[in-house]
Amino acid sequence: MGKKSSDSVKLRNFHSASWDEPVVMQLGVPGRRGQVFAKPDAEVVKKAGKPDSLIPRELARTTLPKLPEMTEPEVQRHYLHLSQETQGMVNISLFGTCTMKYNARVSETVAQRPFVAEVHPLQPDDTMQGILEILHEFDLGLRELSGMDQFVFQAGGGADAAYTNCVVTRAYHKSLGELGRRNEVITSIQAHPCNAATAAAAGFKVITLNLEENGYPSTEALKAAVSGRTAALFINNPDDMGIYNPNIKEWVRIVHEAGGLCFYDHANFNGVMGKIRARELGFDACMFMLHKTFGAPKGGGGPAVGAYGCTAALAPFLPKPVVVKEKDKYRLDYGMKQSAGKVREFFGNVPQVIKAYAWLCAMGGDGIDEASDISVLANNYMDKKLSKIRGLAMSNPDIRKHRLEMTRWSLGPMKTDTGVGTVEVANRMADYGVDPYWMSHEPWVVPEPFTPEAGEMYSKEDLDYWMAVIAKVSEEAYAEPELVKSAPHNQPIRQIKGDWLDDPEKWAMTWRAYLRKHGSKSGTAEKTAPSHAAE
Amino acid sequence: MTANESGAHPWMGNSLASVKQAMLDEIGVATIEELFEQIPKEHRLKAKLKLPPGIKSEASLRRHLTSILSKNEDCEENLNFLGAGCWQHHVPAVVDEIVGRTEFLTPVWGSPQSDLGRNQAWFEYASQLGELLNMDVVSLPVYSWGCAIGHAIRMASRMTDRHEVIIADIFDPERLSVVENYCEPVDMPDHISIVRVKTANGLIDLADLKKKVTAKTAAVYFETPSYLGLFETNAAAIAATARHFGAETIVGVDPLTLGIVRPPADFGADIVVGPTQPLGVHMNCGGGVGGFIASRDEARYVREYNGFLVSITETARAGEFGFGLASAHQTSYGMREKGKDWTGNSVYLWAIANAVYMSLLGPQGFKELGELIISQSHFAAKRLGEIAGVSIPFKTGFFKEFVVDFTKTGKTVAEINAALRKQKIFGGKDLSAEIPALGQSALYCVTEVHTSEDIERLAAGIEKAVM
Repeated sequence: MGKKSSDSVKLRNFHSASWDEPVVMQLGVPGRRGQVFAKPDAEVVKKAGKPDSLIPRELARTTLPKLPEMTEPEVQRHYLHLSQETQGMVNISLFGTCTMKYNARVSETVAQRPFVAEVHPLQPDDTMQGILEILHEFDLGLRELSGMDQFVFQAGGGADAAYTNCVVTRAYHKSLGELGRRNEVITSIQAHPCNAATAAAAGFKVITLNLEENGYPSTEALKAAVSGRTAALFINNPDDMGIYNPNIKEWVRIVHEAGGLCFYDHANFNGVMGKIRARELGFDACMFMLHKTFGAPKGGGGPAVGAYGCTAALAPFLPKPVVVKEKDKYRLDYGMKQSAGKVREFFGNVPQVIKAYAWLCAMGGDGIDEASDISVLANNYMDKKLSKIRGLAMSNPDIRKHRLEMTRWSLGPMKTDTGVGTVEVANRMADYGVDPYWMSHEPWVVPEPFTPEAGEMYSKEDLDYWMAVIAKVSEEAYAEPELVKSAPHNQPIRQIKGDWLDDPEKWAMTWRAYLRKHGSKSGTAEKTAPSHAAE
Repeated sequence: MTANESGAHPWMGNSLASVKQAMLDEIGVATIEELFEQIPKEHRLKAKLKLPPGIKSEASLRRHLTSILSKNEDCEENLNFLGAGCWQHHVPAVVDEIVGRTEFLTPVWGSPQSDLGRNQAWFEYASQLGELLNMDVVSLPVYSWGCAIGHAIRMASRMTDRHEVIIADIFDPERLSVVENYCEPVDMPDHISIVRVKTANGLIDLADLKKKVTAKTAAVYFETPSYLGLFETNAAAIAATARHFGAETIVGVDPLTLGIVRPPADFGADIVVGPTQPLGVHMNCGGGVGGFIASRDEARYVREYNGFLVSITETARAGEFGFGLASAHQTSYGMREKGKDWTGNSVYLWAIANAVYMSLLGPQGFKELGELIISQSHFAAKRLGEIAGVSIPFKTGFFKEFVVDFTKTGKTVAEINAALRKQKIFGGKDLSAEIPALGQSALYCVTEVHTSEDIERLAAGIEKAVM
């Protein structure tokens, strides 16, 4: 069964770079320098005094920090080696829920120029007209995609946008004198954990709806949860299973009737761009991740942007400032008296917003519509082919309708048959040069999950390669399970051991902690540093 | 038909009609539209998006972006003295190269094996910052310094089961606004009330602190240097007072000071936070900010971190090391609303910038940089203090930022800054509205990027402006 996929594609004989690279703290020679700064000139010393005399005596540092002492090229080489020991999406990464995209290098080169990189956020508005224009124009684009009335970019990621929704929700209910009473947030088990977590961190009680046979919570369950205590509903749609809740309009109506707000976590926007809008479904607010859907790079976890938008009714409560256009000039408006304050200093990861604006311009309305078409087409193409591979099972097999831009899959049958589970398969797939996939957020609602998302960037040949790899690994799991269980084999290191990671006596979050806990096992501390052993 | 005529987009591998058809054939449907069958018709957007057509030409896109952004003025063509939470420092070229590497720039996560290099770079961020701070635990950075303060206060509140934090009456309004949100409104059950302690000569007033710290205090938070740039010389006494009442001491510190001054841990700090942007990240119009959190290596602290802790660990091959997440079960990824606050994408690429920066500087670089900054800033303060009507309220004991009082010139800070603008100088941040007691004062920032000629130019500009 599985042979068909892997036979038609030639798998690469891949091996990642393995530099056996020491930890930087082991490198260097005393006295070497990577950066040298000028000495204060004579005139400065004459007027200001010697540096020693300027440092409060009781605070002066007498022992220098034990940092590496390296030349500039040695530092460069060390970190180049580390970059090469990072698979890092240089081949194919179908990391579902995160919507892997091409991150245009033209946007990188533009954003690195001084007119972005060397701008201070407190400069006068008239010296930031270009940046403010892009923030405003991009806001208008997101309004068109969502139907909302105002966006802000202060949130430093998707979770921070969910938190932004929490603070806006608090300010809104406070303005009505109902905050103490409205203390519950309703979400679903398939909404990203950050929805529940930020709501709790903002002081709300969290009610989590479980999935039912249609793949989403029932409207009856929602009704049972909604009350006069409901502050808001935080929900995504479609969810990570690729399933769309068709009752969402009714859900919004039910929550609104009880006086609650409705927040649309658009984490899974790629398959519905240009197809639906949060506003027409009745939502009060929504969030887009610019580092996912809008082509800004992910940076291995930020800098990111959660663009948060809301209706005019909620806009007075947004974090300050917002960009306002007056005639042909733009300014930052800090004047909102009911603002929820700030969730982060200044007004956002501006370079990332510029890159997302560039993506919006390059795609255009036609390209965005086509991209969502392609995302859904490619996912269904994968669904069809993955279903032929041994040991794989689609989540909610009884739901026959086509999924949207991603599908949650399970390796439950493979685990039962062979003992090989999803972690092992991800590790083994990396041996063939594809980045480890996303499994699932907690809790796992299907056994041994994985969640590929094709998106619009990867070609059909890329998807075929990826599926040939998983088909090959399936063959291996059934023929030689130990090979997969002990994977990876073609990566810079073998599987890490977990026993240090939750043991206060053994974990070491810094090199100094490592030396203290593990450095005295044999000989001198420096020599006990483990290194990559050659085989 | 050529690819171009077919409208193939350069960023979409499957925009060729023939490829779409092949995939439709495999699925066994006639149109893409059929694949959207889950969405009720009445949910569908009726009209086409009102957005312009895509700019597929990279040359045209580049021109479009640069034509807009060229309307900005920046701190290379202007002489900049703004700081206050985002500071102009030298960014070494090697830092820019490393954070531009595709392997670090574009991926999302990987595994401990496939993304060993990035995980090691993260560990090296924590390890080097730990040396500067004299602390054994450093987590991956959070969104900003203000967010780091907020999380640290919430850690202290959970650890002590108390709901008050003490903060100086003079405090950055940007950071304070963030912290107020993290402390939650009074209507919420876990609300943490912020008690303001007086300052005297810019430092925490110990007498007032002793009145404010009680058995209800979860934490005392202070900064060194403070918002107005001053080293907190009473750090040890403040920490002792907090400890006497069973409260945690949380200290904010600029890591660039740590080549010349002792770290807060040496004065009794329990949790240390601060900005990461000074460590090799461009200002990026405020988009360069990030915040670190560090503590001693005690389980009661470690178990309260919201973010990721990267630990060195062994692998299946003897003598080989790798990196994994320590105490990971407590994060919101695993525990949803029962996790410690929340975590998610943050500023992890900048943690790599920070690691490269610290490796480049080394111990001597931090010392030299600290000495240069403190010399230049004091030179600037003295020079500006010579101008008729201009005074420096806090003449010593600061690092890179200091207050300049223009009250006696008869001009407002706004007027002076407007005059400086005409000379291509961005004057300091206007404090007159936020701290009326300081009159017409501004917060100036002088760093290693400023030469003594720059400072003479500023002085000449102010002399002209106050005439």
